[in-house]
Amino acid sequence: MRLFSATLAATIATTPALAQDHSQMDHDRMDHSPSAAPQTSSPNSLTGPPTAADAVWGVEAMRPSREALYRGHGDMQIFWIQGDRLEYRGRDGGDGYLWDAQSYYGGDINKFWFKSEGEGSFGEPLESAEIQALYSRAIAPFFDLQAGVRQDLTGLDRTHAVIGVQGLMPYMFEVDVAAFLSDKGDLTARIEAEYDQRLTQRLILQPRAEINLSAQDIPELGIGSGIDHLELGLRLRYEIAREFAPYIGVEQEWKLGGGRDFARLAGEDASTTNYVIGVRFWF
Amino acid sequence: MASTMKKSNLPLSRRRMITSLAALSGAAALPMPAWATGNMGRHGGTAVRKGIHELSGAKIDLHIADGKFATGGRSGHAIAVNGSVPGPLIRLKEGEKSVLSVHNMLDVDSSVHWHGLLLPFQYDGVPGISFPGIKPGARFDVPLTPRQSGTYWWHSHSGLQEQVGHYGPIIIDPAGPDPVQYDREHIILLSEFTPTHPHAIMKKLKVSEGYFSMQKTSATDDYPLSAEQRRMWGRMRMMPTDIADVSAPTYTYLINGHGPEDGLELPFTPGERVRLRIINGSAMTFFNIRLPGLPMTVVQADGQNVQPVEVDELQIGVAETYDVIVTPTEAGAFAIAAESMDRSGMAQAVLTSQPGRKAAFPALRDPPLLSMVDMGHGGMDHEGASDDAPIDHSKMDHAAKGHAMPEAAPADAHSGHDMGAMDMSGGMDMRDTSLLPASVKVGPGIDMVSMTPQDRTGYPGLGLDDVPHRVLNYRLLKSLEMDHHKRPPEREMELHLTGNMERYMWSFDGSKFSEVGDDPIRFGFCERVRVKLVNDTMMAHPVHLHGMFFELVNGQGHHQPKKHTVIVQPGSSATFDLTTDEPGDWAFHCHLLYHMHAGMMQTVSVAFPEEAA
Repeated sequence: MRLFSATLAATIATTPALAQDHSQMDHDRMDHSPSAAPQTSSPNSLTGPPTAADAVWGVEAMRPSREALYRGHGDMQIFWIQGDRLEYRGRDGGDGYLWDAQSYYGGDINKFWFKSEGEGSFGEPLESAEIQALYSRAIAPFFDLQAGVRQDLTGLDRTHAVIGVQGLMPYMFEVDVAAFLSDKGDLTARIEAEYDQRLTQRLILQPRAEINLSAQDIPELGIGSGIDHLELGLRLRYEIAREFAPYIGVEQEWKLGGGRDFARLAGEDASTTNYVIGVRFWF
Repeated sequence: MASTMKKSNLPLSRRRMITSLAALSGAAALPMPAWATGNMGRHGGTAVRKGIHELSGAKIDLHIADGKFATGGRSGHAIAVNGSVPGPLIRLKEGEKSVLSVHNMLDVDSSVHWHGLLLPFQYDGVPGISFPGIKPGARFDVPLTPRQSGTYWWHSHSGLQEQVGHYGPIIIDPAGPDPVQYDREHIILLSEFTPTHPHAIMKKLKVSEGYFSMQKTSATDDYPLSAEQRRMWGRMRMMPTDIADVSAPTYTYLINGHGPEDGLELPFTPGERVRLRIINGSAMTFFNIRLPGLPMTVVQADGQNVQPVEVDELQIGVAETYDVIVTPTEAGAFAIAAESMDRSGMAQAVLTSQPGRKAAFPALRDPPLLSMVDMGHGGMDHEGASDDAPIDHSKMDHAAKGHAMPEAAPADAHSGHDMGAMDMSGGMDMRDTSLLPASVKVGPGIDMVSMTPQDRTGYPGLGLDDVPHRVLNYRLLKSLEMDHHKRPPEREMELHLTGNMERYMWSFDGSKFSEVGDDPIRFGFCERVRVKLVNDTMMAHPVHLHGMFFELVNGQGHHQPKKHTVIVQPGSSATFDLTTDEPGDWAFHCHLLYHMHAGMMQTVSVAFPEEAA
């Protein structure tokens, strides 16, 4: 631990003479019973690890217990995995499915963070799928900075460098904002936000928004520059346990701008309404 | 410098106290109960008894073993000592030597910390600080000649064993006459039971803020909060219901190991002065204790006698003890109601003059809410710390001889402001780190900085500031005896209690124990120090110093009460004076078990005195 306070730091740093006086006073009082007259204390200027028990039990005996003690008081490593959205999507023109999961391993500050999401329609090849492997570092009380790679598993199998921020905004909005630079030099970004409105202690209404942005047209992927793609969802979940909550909901997707044009050219709807049923879990 | 360690203080014969149980072949051949032979069974093993039986004498054996605990239709793994939860009452006499032999029958390391006892540091029982811990199958002998009397307790300091039953009471009878007159005594040891493994609890706390609370604000709650106040809490990303990290129904609250459905009865005869020795041996729970219809006269706090003060209710922090006298004059049954601070549940026992007679327990009251005062905006304090128990400034100044005093700015400066008015202030900074001293490491582990922390030793505890009866607060505690050795503090320290609710990070001065264990808080021998604890979180922390009593700076001058544990109220400060007269390394930590486990702990290293010869 650092020094208790600036006051103490100042005392030690600026008053060696005073400390010397104290020790002399101690010597002067040595003749008296140490418990009698009030003793003038000396600041304790030792440094380094605590060693009192070493002198009693031995250095070798103490070392492993001391290491275990420190490890056990603040250095906890945690593995966590969450299926945020695992859902069946009913819609015109062929029902589909979606997954959105994340996981981390690490301590309070540094973590390895894994994310995956994807979707498709039944009876068709995967529409989109990606995985991200990120190093995550807590940079503020409510935010982690994340950087790493994203691999697309469909389409043109592009690889992206990722940098993003994930955390909790004022008013309790969970946000995940990331920019992606692909191996073809294309720059895109994604902003996701969720809010948990408790209706009761277990019934939770969750509005959710996702905006996909692109710095350029990427015709081969059907992505238009600007706001390419917008999703607004509303899910109602019931937490049977905090860890396990089935939900129902609705999500509206829009392709916008250039993205809408690409969609129309491909003969797809630029606007889709999904009625979803799914489960959110973590452990 | 006076601060060199004296190995010569430690007799060689004491240096190797840990011996293998196998070496005690003679003892092993004796007939021993199941709990003493380690046959409790690890999973679903022998049912443990509910405490409390008494041990005394020159040699006391404690056997730590696994067992299975059940109450109220739930059961789960427990660690029982001598076959019971709580473990046995250890009854000692001031000045008479006993040897406490601790046998570890677990398959993991264990330990026993003697909470509140003055003893050489190497017997204090904290693995990694005072000794190496007790290996599976090993025995550890603690020679102890009490230099004190009063009510104390013992518990494991290994891992999270304390949560699952590894604790028990200690009574030290005074060598002379007891200033407390009583005809009968009962221990009231408060704790919790949960079938959930403590490591699972820890993980849930880490990954899911508010996991255990079923009392959160919602669209359908009936909390007296305006829409504006709700938005304000949301803006701060905090919850006004964040009062207990773990609570009922995860916990069943226990008295002497008995859940509410176990119907614990404690007898009395009308007219007796009954001494209740109340010990909060829980891992995470503050309790509000009352016996409706029976006033309690507090006579001891943390084992130290205090001038009698009569109250109707008191809040006890984790690891604190209070001795109270009740005098039921008529036959009947009185409820001993220990309501958790967040009012999610209640530990129950009946003080009764006739076996089987039922008492009427009060209903759980509405859960309290945190206020802006708990966020460190102390100027808005409207329970009026300044008028219910005024600090006697003249006494304090006398005691401190001109040293700067810790009392807060006058609370009435802003009295009349209410929550609504504060909400209008809009963009106030909940985390102005420029207010922190340089000793505090600023980082993601600090989500809040108290802007105007008040000394709230006059505060009765969350939810008890508006009850229509008398409630104890720290300023009402006056030590029975005058402290003749009091010196003014030679230096002052400020230590910040820091945390991040969302990440469940807890620390002192922004640094977790895992980061700073090798850099302890150091004191000279017999220094006189004033330590101000500033709580930069919105939880109440019961801060416990091992090995030494401190005197709480509560306005009582030469009668400042001696304590081993002090509650620092949310967003507030508390100050104690300490004479560092017990050399060695001592643990210093928040006694909320999972806060300690998260890192809210440090070593206090007191220098050894110069060779006196």
